[in-house]
Amino acid sequence: MSLRTVVGRWPSRWMLLAVVAVAVLACARDYPQTTLLPRSDFAHLLDATFRKTVYLAAIVFVLVEGALLFAIWKFRARPGAPEPAQTHGNTTLEIVWTMIPAVILALIAVPTVRTIFRTATKPGPEALQVEVIGHQWWWEFRYPDLGIVTANELHVPTGRTVNLEMTTADVIHSFWLPQFAGKRDVFPNRHNNLWFKAEVEGNYPGQCAEFCGLQHGRMAYRIVAQPPEAFDAWAANFNTPGPDYSDTTKSPDPTLRQGQQLFTAKGCVGCHSLNPPVTPGLIGPNLHHIGSRSYIAAGTLKNTDENLAKWLHNPQAWKLGVLMPNLQLKDDEVAALVAFLRSNQ
Amino acid sequence: MATTVREAPPSHEPEPTGLWSWITTVDHKRIGILYGATAFFFFLLGGLEALIIRLQLAKPENTLVSAETYNQLFTMHGTTMIFLGVMPLSAMFFNYMIPLQIGARDVAFPRLNAFSYWVFLLGGLILNSGWLIHAAPNGGWFGYANLTSKQFSPGLNIDFWTVGLQVLGVASLAAAVNFFVTIINLRAKGMKMMYMPMFVWMSFITQMLLLLAFPVITVALILLMIDRTFGTHFYVPSGGGDPILWQHLFWIFGHPEVYILILPAFGIISEVLPVFSRKPLFGYAAMVFSGAFIAFLGFGVWSHHMFSTGMGPFADAFFSMATMLIAVPTGVKIFNWIGTIWGGQLQFKTPMLFALGFIAMFIMGGLSGVMHASPPADLQQTDTYFIVAHFHYVLFGGSIFGLTAGAYYWWPKMSGTMLDEKLGKVHFWLMLIGFNLTFFPMHFLGLNGMPRRVYTYAAENNFGFWNLIETVGSLILGLSFVVFLVNIWRTMKSKTPAPADPWNGATLEWSIPSPPQEFNFAEEPVVHGRDALWEAERLAGGRVPEPQRVSGKGIHMPNPSYWPAVAALGVATTLVGFIGGLHLPVSLTGVVILFLGVYRWAFEPAG
Repeated sequence: MSLRTVVGRWPSRWMLLAVVAVAVLACARDYPQTTLLPRSDFAHLLDATFRKTVYLAAIVFVLVEGALLFAIWKFRARPGAPEPAQTHGNTTLEIVWTMIPAVILALIAVPTVRTIFRTATKPGPEALQVEVIGHQWWWEFRYPDLGIVTANELHVPTGRTVNLEMTTADVIHSFWLPQFAGKRDVFPNRHNNLWFKAEVEGNYPGQCAEFCGLQHGRMAYRIVAQPPEAFDAWAANFNTPGPDYSDTTKSPDPTLRQGQQLFTAKGCVGCHSLNPPVTPGLIGPNLHHIGSRSYIAAGTLKNTDENLAKWLHNPQAWKLGVLMPNLQLKDDEVAALVAFLRSNQ
Repeated sequence: MATTVREAPPSHEPEPTGLWSWITTVDHKRIGILYGATAFFFFLLGGLEALIIRLQLAKPENTLVSAETYNQLFTMHGTTMIFLGVMPLSAMFFNYMIPLQIGARDVAFPRLNAFSYWVFLLGGLILNSGWLIHAAPNGGWFGYANLTSKQFSPGLNIDFWTVGLQVLGVASLAAAVNFFVTIINLRAKGMKMMYMPMFVWMSFITQMLLLLAFPVITVALILLMIDRTFGTHFYVPSGGGDPILWQHLFWIFGHPEVYILILPAFGIISEVLPVFSRKPLFGYAAMVFSGAFIAFLGFGVWSHHMFSTGMGPFADAFFSMATMLIAVPTGVKIFNWIGTIWGGQLQFKTPMLFALGFIAMFIMGGLSGVMHASPPADLQQTDTYFIVAHFHYVLFGGSIFGLTAGAYYWWPKMSGTMLDEKLGKVHFWLMLIGFNLTFFPMHFLGLNGMPRRVYTYAAENNFGFWNLIETVGSLILGLSFVVFLVNIWRTMKSKTPAPADPWNGATLEWSIPSPPQEFNFAEEPVVHGRDALWEAERLAGGRVPEPQRVSGKGIHMPNPSYWPAVAALGVATTLVGFIGGLHLPVSLTGVVILFLGVYRWAFEPAG
């Protein structure tokens, strides 16, 4: 293939590239964790800056790569051609092409700085306060004003600013909400913050973005944005106690009762609380109303009977290195625990 | 001091071969070849690690390797490619080409040069020795505290890393001093600084970066090592330390390191483009100053790796502006390269193809770099595959394409044989296609939410399609290097002799036989302008005649010595004593060996 035929095909290749670019943006919908479909005021600020840089970069890309390809085609050696003019430079040209990038960069720099200061503001007291605590390898969420401690599922109301105060219990993690607020790293003994006002309801994935050890890859979580009424209902429900099957007259189902007994007998209570109030000091996620969560295992398994059973059988099989050991549960014990936990809505 | 003068062997007498001659060599060309062969081996190892990573990611929830193995693989891939691949491949060209291009007979400190190589080799072996017990480093090439603390990384993994990198740092610093002095002091008569070939200029700036950046990482690593060995708390929050200290120290080194990796490639293609365009480099002075400006700014942008740490708006704004400013001198370079080929007679030999590929790919890496120079955009992009795409466009599309251009360009000079052009072109097209297939889709994946350093991903995130394409691309990329190896192997077998100047080159290395004799220049050259050989040809009114191999009688060359290798062993042993806690007998043995090596080196007749 001669160079001429390669270059000659370029116009059609440019078209193809443009089509691909459009298709890729359109396909963002297929990616639940995409950053390209912002769903909050904060994410729109980030996205607007990004898009400005993309458009300018696209123009520069076409012009500079175009000039390069044109030169490659135009100045290819011809047999018997004389030695080319031995030019050493051109001061005017060099000043011009130093200035043009500077101007383009200024076009990016101004909105960038504006957005930096805009996003660095802290929301007022009317914002919903949520404390985010990173753990190896799961996320804890506390709502101090609502008395809620939960894990791996961040519930937020739409239309109200949420202020995240974030830290870590062990190593550095990065809390990433691709649809809502970008990411911030969390540090020991320090609080970082992010804020956003969700615009669209839905259940979205997020995950840890800073390498944090063995199971960094399985440190995900869900963001559930819901209308204020639904959020209030969730919060109110959270403050109701979980089911109690110890009274045989009220709950005749022996499986559920067995599950409740096993939760204590097998030592689950040593690390997991089933109570709504803040119980500091427990090393595992609070499991209050675990049955109502959409995912388990730090957002990596859908909350189904099968998945919960798989997890309880041997957490190490799915997530080697997780603090929860293989409890050597028998099949009927797993079934009872699954029934009990899943009933905790 | 009494010295025995050793004369270079006469032309008809073959140079000594055999293992011992390589262990004791102080010839910059042989050391360059040692660097090249060793670095290429490590480069292939790093490439193999990358291929396993790609196979693991080919489909969601894949179980080809475990999480632990994966974490070791990506840590070692990054560490290997940077410290054992790209840097020493550049060092191969520094070693071989700087003395030839400036018309010198060797580097300023030939035995220090040998010492650098042996230290580098031992550092690379220490870094990789963890593989033998499945305890290779696993904290990422950036090794963020406090994950690397004894509490969270109790194994030997991180020890191999801290010790290996400290050993490698010694090699880099010693080499940097050597080349810095060589370029300042050993230039041929008449070669003013502004007459130096661009590769020498970019190498010179790289040595300054090394001299200023490596002490910082060395300090950071020593603090980490004593945290882990003696229970101090420099980075341990429970003891009042701060893990963010590590990030600042690491990136104050880490960002200049990026320029350490790319500036030599800038230099290489600034040599290749003029030769195959048949006209001089466009805007020589602008090229020099933009390179220096990039290096200077490189020390003021480290925190752009830390926009997501929450440094506050003023720091974010400052580091963002400073980073964007780097795009200006980088743009100047790209425009000047296009200016160089503009109006030329372009000969598409393999080195030229790689050099042009470099420009095309580097533009893309530069543009995505500007995107995350903006902290708001970076809050989404950092730690995603978008960044992986970006830096591979810079470091593979840039550095590796540039180094490969250099390999094809200087192969005839270094080996005295010609690589096959046809296979070279196959190599180029496979590499270009494989590279883009592997790394371009990473932009999409990153923006669509795929984070870095995850050993697998959920099927429902729909990352599978592009990951599979990338894996196919990486196999094509791997294949391109198989073609390269075949080309090297066939060339070594056929031994088509290379003339002194197969490309009609512009610089002094092409004025002497291929490969050069031990003393390089029978007569020390005198330089009257830039592009010294073209200048000489212009004065002579045509190509100069093929230089003959001549007797080196009367030319004074340094003696071979094994004491640099002994001293290197001492350095490595001293630090190896810190793997898995302090083993005083090991370290003290190392100190004794080091002392012996340096002592005997100091009192040995240099030649």
